[in-house]
Amino acid sequence: MRTPVQFRHNGTEAAVFADGGESLLTVLRERVGDTAPKYGCGQGTCGACTVLIDGAPHLACLTLAETVQGREVTTAGGLKDGAALHPLQTAFMSHFAAQCGYCTPGMLMAAKALLDRSPRPTREEVVEAIAGNVCRCTGYEPIINAILAAAQMPGPHRY
Amino acid sequence: MNRFTYVRPVTVADAVAAKAGAPAGRFIAGGTNLVDLMKSDVERPPRLIDIGRVPGMDAVTALPDGGLRIGALVTNARVAYDRQIAAAYPLLAEAILAGASAQLRNAATTGGNLLQRTRCHYFYDPSMPCNKRTRGAGCAAIGGVTRMHAILGASEHCIATHPSDMCVALAALEAVVQVSGPHGARAIPMAEFHRLPGDRPDLDTTLGADEMVTSVDLPAARFTTHTAYMKLRDRASYAFAIVSVAAALRLRDGRIEEARLALGGVAQKPWRRPEAEEALRGRAPDEATFDRAADILLDGARGQGDNDFKIGLARAVLLRALAQAAAGGSDAQGGHARA
Ligand SMILES: Cc1cc2nc3c(=O)[nH]c(=O)nc-3n(C[C@H](O)[C@H](O)[C@H](O)COP(=O)(O)OP(=O)(O)OC[C@H]3O[C@@H](n4cnc5c(N)ncnc54)[C@H](O)[C@@H]3O)c2cc1C
Ligand code: SF4
Ligand code: FES
Ligand code: FES
Repeated sequence: MRTPVQFRHNGTEAAVFADGGESLLTVLRERVGDTAPKYGCGQGTCGACTVLIDGAPHLACLTLAETVQGREVTTAGGLKDGAALHPLQTAFMSHFAAQCGYCTPGMLMAAKALLDRSPRPTREEVVEAIAGNVCRCTGYEPIINAILAAAQMPGPHRY
Repeated sequence: MNRFTYVRPVTVADAVAAKAGAPAGRFIAGGTNLVDLMKSDVERPPRLIDIGRVPGMDAVTALPDGGLRIGALVTNARVAYDRQIAAAYPLLAEAILAGASAQLRNAATTGGNLLQRTRCHYFYDPSMPCNKRTRGAGCAAIGGVTRMHAILGASEHCIATHPSDMCVALAALEAVVQVSGPHGARAIPMAEFHRLPGDRPDLDTTLGADEMVTSVDLPAARFTTHTAYMKLRDRASYAFAIVSVAAALRLRDGRIEEARLALGGVAQKPWRRPEAEEALRGRAPDEATFDRAADILLDGARGQGDNDFKIGLARAVLLRALAQAAAGGSDAQGGHARA
């Protein structure tokens, strides 16, 4: 059954027809054309598909598309403010927090949710916030350091 | 994934009616377990009844008897960070935070957590025989890889465990599940909500096929200071329990006035034995006393081979959790994080 689904996507209106059973991840990548969220496991175990729904991090692979009707969905593609990178994006670059980059969009969104809620997090809070995100390249330390550094940078953490 | 119809009822009555009209249909709340199971074709519901927006089930409210009502749609994250719960039921907050990840806890609901299915790998694999999936098909786990399976309350038909952390704390706190069905509402105590497999492993709970969970009620707080949730898992975060323990004590003049103990990861339901709690009453909180309670709680424990180690492990975690509870609860790191 095809269901019409409308939601806000990175600040603009998105309207698609979702096939019954399509995940939010599939809808974002294949119908909306936003390939920032990644497909890793499809089972909730890797965090690569992390997006914000109404500001809180969720796994797009386990979210049925129909259930986001009327919600606000933010992906890593919506982090920039015009041409200006989000402090997290700048810090991920300067701290070499990405190697292959596959986990990065999910890491960024888990981190953004943390900074929105807790602008000056402790190291433990950072570790807990990204505990659901797997990275097979960096060994995590550069990612944790980047998030802590972003928290020290000026500029709005919300857009 | 199978094809299904999708409805979004706006009242509990509509939701219950939608289920009555499609007995093989499923309620969907956070979807974190159901969608996963549908992707592996373990669940093939012809209809999804999305209860996510039914009003009146998404709040934590005070009850006249001093307890708290947690609506079935309140997310695990909201329960864990709720101020009233953190203050009055720290055991529950600690148990929830020991499970899953931030993303999952944001989606997972109280009702869905109660009704999540076992994580037995064979259950998740439709090419394997499984009595829980198909009545009478046989059990691939028995004689197979059993590291995560039950040591208590299993049957010759099924040796699965219930994977929830939240439910272990709810069992220790003697919460009551409120449900609604076509014939009205009823209350099910936690001890009776989940069932042992027996010869009906297809039934995880005593909830009727036409009933829906509306809330979980916590009785007035009795265990606020001397509690501990300790969880052992293969890595320090984001894994299901191999063994977990919820321990709650009330101490007076150096003696245990009242105790609650529940084990997770060992049976198809949170494992409690009132006799074990009785054995602690009136005694000093020392190792000999704790040992006696462990003897009773683990009485009859039997491994399947790969999981024999769980029996000794459960005892060790029990003793540590009790000692930690007696000392005034978890340290800043939380018992689960370091255990
Ligand atoms: C990778 C991963 C790791 C996890 N780790 C842990 C862990 O360490 N500890 C832990 O405890 N849990 C863990 N979980 C499980 C998680 O807690 C559950 O998936 C979640 O609680 C289910 O809630 P939900 O709202 O998403 O349920 P759904 O998936 O929406 O529903 C689950 C079941 O409950 C039924 N249901 C839902 N609400 C109601 C209701 N109100 N009335 C009647 N039936 C209802 C549905 O029909 C369905 O059968 C993990 C999950 C994943 C994917
Ligand atoms: S232990 Fe239970 S759930 Fe696992 S395969 Fe056997 S019958 Fe199925
Ligand atoms: S793709 Fe969603 S958690 Fe791995
Ligand atoms: S940078 Fe490769 S997975 Fe994280």
